[in-house]
Amino acid sequence: MTQQAAAAGSAKRYNPRLELYKGIWKRLRKNKSAVIGGGIVIFFILLAIFGPMLTGVDPNATDITNKNQPPSADHWFGTDNYGRDMFTRIIYGTKLTLIVGFLSVFIGGAVGVVFGIVSGYYGGWVDAVIMRIMDVLLAFPGILLALAIVSVLGGSLTNMIIAIGIFSVPAFARIVRGSALSVRKLEYIDAMKALGASDIRIIFKHILPNVTSPIIVQATLRIATAVLTASGLSFLGLGAQPPAPEWGAMLSAGRTYMHDAPHMVLIPGIMIVIVVLAFNIFGDGLRDALDPKMNK
Amino acid sequence: MAETILDVRDLRTSFYTDEGEVKAVDGVSFSVPKGKTIGIVGESGSGKSITSLSILRLLASNGKVVGGEVRFKGDNLLAYSEKKMRGLRGNKISMIFQEPMTSLNPVFTVGQQISETLIEHQGMSKKAAMAKSVDLLKLVGIPSPEKRVKQYPYELSGGMRQRVMIAIALACNPEILIADEPTTALDVTIQAQILGLIRDLQQRMGMSVVLITHDLGVVAETCDYVAVMYAGQVVEYSDVRTLFRKPRHPYTIGLLKSLPRPDADQEKLVPIHGTVPSPLHMPVGCRFNPRCPAATDLCREQLPDLFDDGEGNQVRCWIYNEQWPGEKEVDVFGEERIARR
Amino acid sequence: MTKYIIRRLLQTIPVLIGVSILVFSLMHLIPGDPAQIIAGEGAPEKTVEQIRERLGLNDPIHKQYLNYMGGVVQGDLGNSVRSGRPVVDEIKTRFWVTLELATYATILAVFIGLMAGIISAVRHYTFTDTAIMIVALFGLSMPNFWLGLLLIDWFAVGGDWLPAWAKLRPSGWGDSWRQVILPVITLGTGGAAIIARMTRSSMLEVISQDYIRTARAKGLSDRVVTYRHALKNALIPVVTVVGLEFGGFLGGAVLTETIFAINGMGRLTVQAINTRDFPIVQGAVLVISVLFVFVNLIVDISYKLLNKRIDLG
Repeated sequence: MTQQAAAAGSAKRYNPRLELYKGIWKRLRKNKSAVIGGGIVIFFILLAIFGPMLTGVDPNATDITNKNQPPSADHWFGTDNYGRDMFTRIIYGTKLTLIVGFLSVFIGGAVGVVFGIVSGYYGGWVDAVIMRIMDVLLAFPGILLALAIVSVLGGSLTNMIIAIGIFSVPAFARIVRGSALSVRKLEYIDAMKALGASDIRIIFKHILPNVTSPIIVQATLRIATAVLTASGLSFLGLGAQPPAPEWGAMLSAGRTYMHDAPHMVLIPGIMIVIVVLAFNIFGDGLRDALDPKMNK
Repeated sequence: MAETILDVRDLRTSFYTDEGEVKAVDGVSFSVPKGKTIGIVGESGSGKSITSLSILRLLASNGKVVGGEVRFKGDNLLAYSEKKMRGLRGNKISMIFQEPMTSLNPVFTVGQQISETLIEHQGMSKKAAMAKSVDLLKLVGIPSPEKRVKQYPYELSGGMRQRVMIAIALACNPEILIADEPTTALDVTIQAQILGLIRDLQQRMGMSVVLITHDLGVVAETCDYVAVMYAGQVVEYSDVRTLFRKPRHPYTIGLLKSLPRPDADQEKLVPIHGTVPSPLHMPVGCRFNPRCPAATDLCREQLPDLFDDGEGNQVRCWIYNEQWPGEKEVDVFGEERIARR
Repeated sequence: MTKYIIRRLLQTIPVLIGVSILVFSLMHLIPGDPAQIIAGEGAPEKTVEQIRERLGLNDPIHKQYLNYMGGVVQGDLGNSVRSGRPVVDEIKTRFWVTLELATYATILAVFIGLMAGIISAVRHYTFTDTAIMIVALFGLSMPNFWLGLLLIDWFAVGGDWLPAWAKLRPSGWGDSWRQVILPVITLGTGGAAIIARMTRSSMLEVISQDYIRTARAKGLSDRVVTYRHALKNALIPVVTVVGLEFGGFLGGAVLTETIFAINGMGRLTVQAINTRDFPIVQGAVLVISVLFVFVNLIVDISYKLLNKRIDLG
């Protein structure tokens, strides 16, 4: 009786998934780069949400008498060529940057995961077709695919998000396909099928949980790439349109005045570097924490 | 006993990990007589491989020999400079490893990998070294060595690769060959061949062999002396006949009792209960005490030394010491032992 | 091996067809009437009709594609709607400029990346390693056009130092060392960072292999073990990254060429997008992508060749 009670008690307390999360959390906390990167990411998210409330200045309020001013007590990051307060614009731009990063990766990730699972789980010609499509998307090097898409859709923030989303699809599809393929080959999946489990159930119960870690790591690193790509497109005038305080667009605008007012180029650039760096460091840390095998 | 060529005294090796210091080897002593084979036996995790790597100072960067001596012909190797040590490795003392499949470099030919040692230690020309490589392949019983010498490891089977490893090890006529589980990864038939080859070459070349294994059968067949390791320590050291006839340490007795032996009038196999302790949480006192049926308070408080019986046989157990507080006759795994001889 | 090469070659065929379909579709994905957009808002109906006629937009879509492909196969990528000149002529000279820029950037990235990665791996967990890896992280996280702007600002003031260098180059873009060196640094930095990180992790993985322990047990010096036994194995996976980086540079040239005003494919593409000269956009994107597909093909095959010994082992 006592033994039974003890067994029941320990069964209640021991939850393997919970233990796994605990282990990940422990490793994550110990990982310096994950803590630093994650901290900066959280800081920027808070800044994007609450920053605009704090400044109380209109990011598009022009003041021609005060244009191209270097950083000062009144204007911490100086003013731009219309005399707009750069600090306020940078803070408003944080939101745009993060929206582009998260949303495009979310779109690309969702589509990529679905493609990857269908491809890896069903195999055969479905797999062949999907993977060839991914190959085609990957045949456009770097920024070129996003550029081509924006060129037809027209330059705007929304179109840029769509373009970068499409650009992110293959990376997710490939990773998920690989994992789905290896899980599908496991014998217990055959056993589940023999017991009458539906495909949907197997996918959600057994395949998805197995690919979560690589998806999270990939998503974090992809956000860094997305932010970089977005800044490039905006710099070319194919992303966010003026007067939106997008960092890449601000950089592009400041270019003309670079020699006399270098802060107009320096500050948005530094902000981009910090955000991208934070996501990269956080992603590296996550990878180490989520995949203990790679630590060795 | 023949002249001692290698004498390991109280060797201690630690690894420094995130969880703290791991004392993988903590008090290992044994000696290797010239021309003889000594077996180091133990379960996995007992520290036998670390012992062999410590002798050649080939530990991973987070491992360090923290105490003891390794005397090769009287010289303490632990005090050697790295350069002097390099001159010894692969030359006077060679080593072969457990995994023949991964122990050869995939991007170099067999011949390149053998001749490298000859060029390094004997200053041979590339051409002469290559010719000698062919001879060595012949020596270790590889058919058509002229062809094999130009092949890459992937073109060879596991047994062949282990022969190549032996050829590399023997290239400079070493005085000691350390073989770390040389047959564990191989098929049973190949195992016998490789062991036979090592024994045969040992006799021909007059070298000493340190054979690390978990297999008591291999020990009985191949070795002259045996050191039994448990939890990072040598618990018993004796010649092979004594060990099998009159094992003295409860762990050794337990090991032999848990093995099926066709010769002994054995009624049933007796398992040793419990598990090997984690190196991070070693028991106080004798390391075997939680699993020992004869353990007393003394065993639980104080670690016994290696007691010598005056004939060169040693055992790390209180039963064989004057301080033993228990009965004169102790029942260990169904074997009656007499406390003092 | 031959079988692998043939299979890999056959695999590129559907990819090339896919690329051509996608590039062809660009024109048709334009929301609204492409002819109207090319002509500009408020253009007379006659002009729009002319453009539509010239681009063959009245034909059924599959016929349009076949016509387009028929032209592509014969080296005809259509005509620019602005200058009226064949797209091939517009692209031809600029192609070599971009190819050259990307090649130099690759050389720079490989050279710096390998050196940094090897040093980092050899001295892993030391100050040097940490410093190199932090620099690499910055290199990876910097928008390359921003780096380019900074370089221009720092170095563009002052005299020309090495003017003769430019004359040595066949395509002849730029006429001073700055115009060659600075774009190459701008374009290559990110790639150098990636190669450095890759080399380091590959080296560290190789160093923990059994055969490295064997090499040390032979009595070889650390130098020989590192540079002979480890490096040769560690470089194999780096080969793939180099190919990808080269492709990335072809794409990344868009920004670099724009800020340095280099008349390459990238700048041409951006200009064409701004003037809605879609045949040029299509042509440029197609040419770069096809080149990238073939670079990847070569990389995959050479990786397979290099890796053969390990793969089967």
